[in-house]
Amino acid sequence: MSQTGMNRRQFLHSSGVAVAGTVAAVGTGTVLIDANGAWALSLKALDEHTAKTLVQLCRQMYPHDRLGDVHYAKVVEGLDGKAAGDPATAKLLTEGVAGLDQAVGGVKWLHLSDGYKLEAMKRIESTPFFQAVRGAVVTGIYNDPNVWRHFGYEGPSAEFGGYIDRGFDDLAWLQDV
Amino acid sequence: MAAKYDLNDDKVVVIIGSGAGGGTLGNELAQKGIDVVILEAGGRHEIEDFANDEWGMFGAISWLDRRTTSGSWRVARDFAGLPAWIVKAVGGSTVHWAGASLRLQEHEFKAKSVYGDVPGANLLDWPLTLKELEPYYEKAEDKMGVTGTHDIPRLPGNNNYKVMAAGAKRLGYKEFHTGNMAINSAPRDGRGSCQQIGFCFQGCKSGAKWSTLYTEIPKGEATGKLEVRANAQALQIQHDDKGKVTGVLYADKDGKQQVQKARVVCVAGNSIESPRLLLNSASSMFPDGLANSSGQVGKNYMRHMTGSVYAIFDKPVNMYRGTTMAGIIKDEGRFDPARGFVGGYEMETLSLGLPFMAAFLDPGAWGRDFASAMDGYENMAGMWLVGEDMPQEGNSVTLHASEKDQYGLPVPNVQFDDHANDLAMRSHAYKQGSAVYQAVGATRVIETPPYPSTHNLGTNRMSAKDKDGVVNKWGQTHDVKNLFISDGSQFTTGAAENPTLTIVTLAIRQAEHIADGMAKKDI
Repeated sequence: MSQTGMNRRQFLHSSGVAVAGTVAAVGTGTVLIDANGAWALSLKALDEHTAKTLVQLCRQMYPHDRLGDVHYAKVVEGLDGKAAGDPATAKLLTEGVAGLDQAVGGVKWLHLSDGYKLEAMKRIESTPFFQAVRGAVVTGIYNDPNVWRHFGYEGPSAEFGGYIDRGFDDLAWLQDV
Repeated sequence: MAAKYDLNDDKVVVIIGSGAGGGTLGNELAQKGIDVVILEAGGRHEIEDFANDEWGMFGAISWLDRRTTSGSWRVARDFAGLPAWIVKAVGGSTVHWAGASLRLQEHEFKAKSVYGDVPGANLLDWPLTLKELEPYYEKAEDKMGVTGTHDIPRLPGNNNYKVMAAGAKRLGYKEFHTGNMAINSAPRDGRGSCQQIGFCFQGCKSGAKWSTLYTEIPKGEATGKLEVRANAQALQIQHDDKGKVTGVLYADKDGKQQVQKARVVCVAGNSIESPRLLLNSASSMFPDGLANSSGQVGKNYMRHMTGSVYAIFDKPVNMYRGTTMAGIIKDEGRFDPARGFVGGYEMETLSLGLPFMAAFLDPGAWGRDFASAMDGYENMAGMWLVGEDMPQEGNSVTLHASEKDQYGLPVPNVQFDDHANDLAMRSHAYKQGSAVYQAVGATRVIETPPYPSTHNLGTNRMSAKDKDGVVNKWGQTHDVKNLFISDGSQFTTGAAENPTLTIVTLAIRQAEHIADGMAKKDI
């Protein structure tokens, strides 16, 4: 995660600024702001439409209703950062979203029904674009300690002395089966 | 005090690799007063460098040099550039191994005689028996502190084990317990006891699990007879005009090429790099590769029949808490062709953290069905299925025709197709694994495909006759007297058991043979 992105979010959080679905130009970049003001994403390379589409695409690939968009947006922040340093990645992502927008009836993917969204994804699932985004979600979302509690995963234990006194053998419900 | 040997010192034994085979052999020889240089391709990461971080440690210690894959195995599709999940670091794959330490069974040394003719399989009997190895198994278990042997108590069962054991009992299985693990259940040999940290695959933070990194290697270094050269990638084994090996060309930590002279060379780079090194050492005298008059170098690549079953329950399991693999059901390890296949398999507890589970549960999968399985993570139990796969001559490690590594040498390609026997066994194992969990109320079971290979075996196999394999019963190559193979690539057949204990056992035995041969000036 970029320091700029973090600062921007912290700023929004502390100042209570909540701008519904707003896009603001800041310097050369664009800031994507969540409709509820819960998070904001400073874009370095990608345009607003591409980034917005990618956030929802990430969610539809690995839909966890218990996770807010912010966790998917962080994956897109990573992809945007990569695109800023690598024109080939920027091209892959921008053209990939353009392709997704053409996959079903020429209707922009974000505007498709959930069923057609899935249909569009299936049509492009073997493309390098789709696989690049999919890989970024798999190694991004599930490797983010901020989401672990939503899955009941406690993660590292060595610094707490292991799980030896923290429930490694606390399972009791087997007596009931 | 660790030794330091001159590049031109031609009295030393050079060992390539510092894992279960190389690290053990290095210490054993040093204890006998023999001068040893270990060339290790990876860096030295000590316990304090380990982190409970799956991707972080994967990036830090895995062997990630370029490799290619071919064949119909699913790994070639899901992980095309990563056929094997092994370690490039001092300690080799003993840094990330799970610790399961099982002896091979008597009949598994006689696979060809016992299993008979299996079409398409290149089976062979080992030129060794269990009886011959038993005294060395004893030494290995004592050295490694294997639970359930030498009056060492077994580890306590964690939640993942409790679920598996309850299912095993319901199903009528008889032999299940927390395994024979090279993980201290009580302080031993200067190392503490298991703190149930989990993250066994990321390097044991407490040092309770045996690894050559902090047992064999420092003990060997303390004799003043062992030098471990880290970040030293072996490129070629050199020989003289009499066909004896004379030294090893390697790239040092700065990428500079050096030659370490040697009296004896022992190759222990795991079953992909070891045959690759022999093939890359081809010369006018050995046009098909060093020690390859049989044509068997790189052939008969085995990776065990593997797979996993993860089951979701309606209550929490928290399988990741505690020792990763301290749990086993042994009933299916037997030879019983009535099941529709030869050879047997073990069922062993296994858990992955959330990051790795996402990558390995069903590689490539996406969508709500996959996500809902991940939603069940907290309520998940898991086991690994590991059994004997059939050696096939077509399953092989070969040199890539065009792709080169950072040193300009051909990268290895790993070709693998499942044998029909492997598929029949995996199907049976999936069914039995599922049944174990369904017996205690699993609401969903998932058949997870094999991970990139952790058990790589057979590519320099041991044989009685020189035309059937690469090395004799001592791991000495049939063609070159002072060249030895000291890793799992010696295995004639794979057997059902996790291979590390047997690799260590063979290394202890080989050290005796080398020391004896050197004393008698045979080598």
